[in-house]
Amino acid sequence: MSNTVNVTINNMPVKVAPGTTILEAASKLEIRIPTLCHFKLDTFDFEHRTGSCRICVVEVDGKQNLAPACCTPVHEGMNVKTNTIRVINARRTILDLILSDHPKECLTCEQNGSCQLQDLAAEMGLNKIRYAGKTSTYKIDLANEAIVRDMNKCIMCRKCEVACNEIQTVGVLSGVNRGFNATVGTVSNRPLSDTKCVFCGQCVAACPVGALSAMNRSYDVWVALNNPKKKVVVQTAPAVRAALGEEFDFEPGTSVTGKMAHALRLLGFDAVFDTDFAADLTIMEETTELIERVKANKNLPLLTSCCPGWVKFFEHQFPDLLHIPSSAKSPQQMFGAMAKTYYAKKIGIDPSDLIVVSVMPCLAKKYEASREEFSREGVRDVDIVISTRELAGMIKEAGILFKNLEDQDFDNPLGESTGASVIFGSSGGVLEAALRTAADWLTGEDLEAVDYEPVRGLSGIREATVKVAGMDLKVAVTSGLGNARKLLEKIQKGEADYTAIEIMACPGGCLNGGGQPFIHGDTSILDKRRDAIYAEDKGKPIRKSHKNPDIIKLYDEFLKEPGSELAHKLLHTKYITRDNT
Amino acid sequence: MIKTNKDLLQYYNKITKESSKNDLEIIVSMGTCGIAAGTTPVLDELKKGIQEKGLSNKVTITESGCMGLCHSEPSIEVIDHKASKSIVYGDVKPEHALDILSNGVNPINGPTLINRTWYYPEDESKKENCPQARVVLRNTGRINPESIEQYIMQKGYQALGKTLCEMSPDDVVKSIMDSGLRGRGGGGFPTGKKWSLAKAVSADQKYVLCNADEGDPGAFMDRAVLEGDPHAVIEAMAIAGYAIGATKGGIYIRAEYPLAIKRLQIALNQAREMGFLGKNIFGSAFDFDIEIKYGAGAFVCGEETALIHSIEGMRGEPSFKPPFPAVAGLWAKPTIVNNVETYANIPAIIRKGADWFKTIGTPNSPGTKVFALAGKIKKVGLVEVPMGTTLGDMIFKIGEGIRNDREFKAVQTGGPSGGCITAKSIDTPIDYDSLRALGSMMGSGGMIVMDEDDCMVNIAKYFLEFTLDESCGKCTPCRIGNTRLYEMLDDITKGRGTQQTLFKLRDLAHVIKDTSLCGLGQSSPNPVLSTLANFIDEYEVHIYEKKCPAGVCRELIQYTIEADKCTGCTLCARNCPVSCISGERKQPHVIDQSKCIKCGVCYEACKFHAITKN
Amino acid sequence: MTQESSCCNGAIGSDNVLNMYPEKRKLLKEYIDVLPIGDDRNFNKGFLIQTLHKAQEIYGFLPESVQLFVADQLKLHVSAVYGVISFYSYFTDKPTGKYKINICTGTACFVRGAGRLVEEFERYLGIKEGETTEDKKFSLGGLRCVGACSLAPVVMVNDKVYGKVTTKMVPEIINDCE
Ligand SMILES: Cc1cc2nc3c(=O)[nH]c(=O)nc-3n(C[C@H](O)[C@H](O)[C@H](O)COP(=O)(O)O)c2cc1C
Ligand code: SF4
Ligand code: SF4
Ligand code: SF4
Ligand code: SF4
Ligand code: SF4
Ligand code: SF4
Ligand code: SF4
Ligand code: SF4
Ligand code: FES
Ligand code: FES
Ligand code: FES
Ligand code: FES
Repeated sequence: MSNTVNVTINNMPVKVAPGTTILEAASKLEIRIPTLCHFKLDTFDFEHRTGSCRICVVEVDGKQNLAPACCTPVHEGMNVKTNTIRVINARRTILDLILSDHPKECLTCEQNGSCQLQDLAAEMGLNKIRYAGKTSTYKIDLANEAIVRDMNKCIMCRKCEVACNEIQTVGVLSGVNRGFNATVGTVSNRPLSDTKCVFCGQCVAACPVGALSAMNRSYDVWVALNNPKKKVVVQTAPAVRAALGEEFDFEPGTSVTGKMAHALRLLGFDAVFDTDFAADLTIMEETTELIERVKANKNLPLLTSCCPGWVKFFEHQFPDLLHIPSSAKSPQQMFGAMAKTYYAKKIGIDPSDLIVVSVMPCLAKKYEASREEFSREGVRDVDIVISTRELAGMIKEAGILFKNLEDQDFDNPLGESTGASVIFGSSGGVLEAALRTAADWLTGEDLEAVDYEPVRGLSGIREATVKVAGMDLKVAVTSGLGNARKLLEKIQKGEADYTAIEIMACPGGCLNGGGQPFIHGDTSILDKRRDAIYAEDKGKPIRKSHKNPDIIKLYDEFLKEPGSELAHKLLHTKYITRDNT
Repeated sequence: MIKTNKDLLQYYNKITKESSKNDLEIIVSMGTCGIAAGTTPVLDELKKGIQEKGLSNKVTITESGCMGLCHSEPSIEVIDHKASKSIVYGDVKPEHALDILSNGVNPINGPTLINRTWYYPEDESKKENCPQARVVLRNTGRINPESIEQYIMQKGYQALGKTLCEMSPDDVVKSIMDSGLRGRGGGGFPTGKKWSLAKAVSADQKYVLCNADEGDPGAFMDRAVLEGDPHAVIEAMAIAGYAIGATKGGIYIRAEYPLAIKRLQIALNQAREMGFLGKNIFGSAFDFDIEIKYGAGAFVCGEETALIHSIEGMRGEPSFKPPFPAVAGLWAKPTIVNNVETYANIPAIIRKGADWFKTIGTPNSPGTKVFALAGKIKKVGLVEVPMGTTLGDMIFKIGEGIRNDREFKAVQTGGPSGGCITAKSIDTPIDYDSLRALGSMMGSGGMIVMDEDDCMVNIAKYFLEFTLDESCGKCTPCRIGNTRLYEMLDDITKGRGTQQTLFKLRDLAHVIKDTSLCGLGQSSPNPVLSTLANFIDEYEVHIYEKKCPAGVCRELIQYTIEADKCTGCTLCARNCPVSCISGERKQPHVIDQSKCIKCGVCYEACKFHAITKN
Repeated sequence: MTQESSCCNGAIGSDNVLNMYPEKRKLLKEYIDVLPIGDDRNFNKGFLIQTLHKAQEIYGFLPESVQLFVADQLKLHVSAVYGVISFYSYFTDKPTGKYKINICTGTACFVRGAGRLVEEFERYLGIKEGETTEDKKFSLGGLRCVGACSLAPVVMVNDKVYGKVTTKMVPEIINDCE
């Protein structure tokens, strides 16, 4: 078999590899074919050909029916037309049909402005719905803090189902019913909150329309900001700054840390802090725990625990392993705890008069903040969680011209951070940060080498044996819960002799969180966000958590030492077994 | 255990000789259909009679599968082996049993005498005046399907012996290819080609699947074969396994066919005991076994990729081809899926050769086709005809025309994927290509005859409703598009149609055909398009005159009592389920139109034809 | 299958039908125990449909607790089990009546008036197709061709076949059920 095939598309010849789809061949010729259900994530080497929406149909010589470009492989001599009247007519009819069973609520839709269906409708300019008829009537699931499911807007692309079952292997979504009543649902169409959904939001990230969206809390933030009786502080997670700019026409991969801090101040926050500070704190606690376990050679491998999606996943699906994840809380919750104790005391207000808002790349953080154990005497450590997208919305709503803002710094004392905490935003970052601190602590030196390249990257399961203080530490890093499952199964079978494993629920880590600006399948954006994160780390004067002066101060003034009794009370948590249904 | 080809022949000779049958053999048609029509009491009476009269050495009873004489069930055949004579009765009642036992092949009064319209391939001499040729149904209704010996006495498993002992896999594929056999499941894909594709792929495991999902509503050919001759399918699957290099087979059967499942299970066990399934079949290196897999009520699972997903325990949603099952099918391994009837042809082709097979049928569609002839036809039944037989012969010769002497209007072939063929095409020979040219298709063999009382708009709506019910819902054109087609048809039958509806109907039907993911959606608009092509006037009357010419669409009809004809007998008023007819005795009655539910009961009740429908 | 959930009070499986009848649970467990279930979820799935057939044969329907049990035993996600149940018309997650009246709406029966029969049964029983009477006595459903087209239109009540049914026979058929 020859290694290229010759194909003609719209009278233009192109050579491509056998097995290439018409869609890919067309893109080589810079011919765009609309798609809705096609699901391909290059960085993760993932493709799912559902072929269900039929918006991508094209005419192929010699074929009786139109062919879906997204799943039809080319063959030698294939002659394709993407814009004949037959194709245009079919495409318009398909769009017409989709819209005929779609609530046309763009003006009040969470997805307004970033909806692929809306874009397509704008492009194709149907001036009316020709085939109107009965419409679906599903109850909207509003029963959890993180995700809203409005299946009336679903176009049955099945990406959410694939994301949940194949990428994440959480398995709460399935096609249900059939015919006109077919939809994607849970068992007995229960609300997500009744299931083992981990609120990772990967289904939301995959959804081309507004059927799955984040529970938007920006209005609650506005209310809080305008409450004269409350002091309102904000923390922003590491991955937010690497993506927020995309909402304001910055090139992907532009870090907008300073502008973001400025904008938050303009929005009216009383103090603008950084979750990165808490990430350094996490490293202090987690590394202490790691060294203890290594010394005792007990409960290994240590699993990181800063991702609430991942935490909920193992609570449901691996209850026999609850003793190995680190007991350290996530940075978000450490921040909340410090804000409502240390900081509140410092500025002399009652914790109940302090409102902590988080800006997260993540939907699971919305859920995490609502977990019972993260409040004391009825006061939550983190009051409101909004996503990167919601923050962008607020900035726009406030009329702030983000692009032109001067850079500003975070406030003190919960705003100082190191390069170690910055990289939390990418898969591999938490472990690398821990290694930097562990290496110093174990050798008692201030080591120069801080770059642990082998653990970096976005995809697959990455393993490395790193020499730390003369010890060989076998570590692994992965992201995406499907990969996590593989590692956990190895541990269950006793086939994994790792010392530490970093796991993040979202493929690639938080930079690909469910609350980030939509990439709509363009994973090159993730690579750029990642580069931005590592560049920021490189540019930081301090790159090790334990060197963060404010962290040192925090221990001096308040927590005493890592792993102290107070640290345990405020910065550590317990896991519970949850139904594996 | 049969270990060699010779073993089998010896065994065949032995049992054939030993069974020098009793003088009289009575075959009782014990398919689901026969049982439903009441054959069991007839059988009981016959058995009782034999007991009482001490005839057990003289008369044998064979409980066979279906004879295909649906119109006259319960049916039996009485054979006098000595005299080489036989007689077939229909509408047999238990009280006829004793008479039959004493009269043998001499006709008795009471049951209907059946005029045979079929011959068997081994008996070409009886071809004269027989429009039917029973190749697929060669054993169905003749042998006891629960007896492997009876199958062997019909030369059963000799084809398997021949393939394993004398032929290479290539030879087998070649002879199926040469025979020109095309898939009987509907698509008409050349079976030999399918096998050769699967054979060409190398893999550690391959699968042979039998599609016994038979979802076409109003079709029951595959059920009859499985109930009447299960070994034929088993033998064929083993042959296919050898040909493509598969050691595992599966039969995907509708859960609605319990009797077929039971008989298959019995047959599989017998085949295993005799060594026709299992390890080293016929002493060769070939291993093969078959599992039964159950459907669970989904028409779309007849589509081969959906069928495979269903066996894998998933929702029966079709997936895009390529990859074709022959390359990546069950558990991603090369897999062939063939229909029951396709398989049932195989042993005969192997035994008698491709050339023999090609003498039946037409050059492009060799062989026979089994049809379930039903609807408004006099002789509803299971018929098998050589390809090329005309529709007219089917309907008027075999089916003996329309019931109640109504006018023939159309015949629907291909079920919900097919189309309506009208009187003007009645001379069309039945084969894959001519039916497709008429906008219909062969389908699996359902053939529903319609008369002047059938509203063609309503028929199109019926098929669309079926499609809606059975669509998997995966792709847009089928999930939403067919819903819209249905809604438009519903509008027309309810007097809400406009000229626009007609345009939209046609446009949308074409796009659905052109863009749907699987065969279900690609063919679901056929009933609409073919009725639009052939009965546009009927659509127009519904739309412009708001009338249903056939008097079916109840929103468009009204029952009225003609005062001058009404005798005031009150019969209609007493029968009306909603009591909306009033009138004094012996005075003309009237219908309260606002309450009438148009059930038609009064219309049928009135002995004086005083009620009109228009 | 309706779009709304049937049973959404309490945790998944809290209907508890599974354990209400220990002998039924035992039967189902025994059936599953002989299946060659392994660790590979995809392989195990191959036994799902036959297991659901068995479970429905035992329990009469497939409530959440039974779905959960099957999922657990075959190591599947319960959502996938529900996805399958809601796809195949043979399976139901709601209890059905003692007498299951199924009107054949295959083409042969349809052209011989099955549509009218459906309406008459609906009217007579006061329920729609797919529903069960309040006293749980009758369920009304459709099926497509039982292969007895010569007797069209055909009605099946549990396993009993009525052929050449007319609207007038509807009360008789219902009375027959007593
Ligand atoms: C919606 C749909 C339903 C089908 N139903 C059946 C069926 O009930 N029985 C069958 O044998 N083939 C059915 N087929 C055809 C099969 O997909 C497949 O082509 C056939 O089983 C191949 O066998 P054959 O080549 O022997 O005909 C169906 C196809 C479609 C698209
Ligand atoms: S999902 Fe898209 S098209 Fe639908 S209402 Fe929302 S923005 Fe509009
Ligand atoms: S210009 Fe268009 S969108 Fe704007 S208000 Fe007028 S109608 Fe509405
Ligand atoms: S949030 Fe994650 S776990 Fe929950 S349904 Fe979506 S993909 Fe599945
Ligand atoms: S909810 Fe969204 S992702 Fe899921 S199938 Fe519907 S449109 Fe696709
Ligand atoms: S990886 Fe990050 S964004 Fe994703 S769930 Fe975990 S914490 Fe949230
Ligand atoms: S055409 Fe219909 S049955 Fe086939 S895949 Fe599409 S929705 Fe499913
Ligand atoms: S059609 Fe039926 S409802 Fe109407 S009057 Fe006649 S019997 Fe009564
Ligand atoms: S049955 Fe006929 S004749 Fe008798 S009252 Fe009714 S309409 Fe008149
Ligand atoms: S994008 Fe190709 S079918 Fe949906
Ligand atoms: S009598 Fe059996 S199919 Fe007709
Ligand atoms: S359908 Fe017209 S309905 Fe006669
Ligand atoms: S269509 Fe009703 S029994 Fe065949």
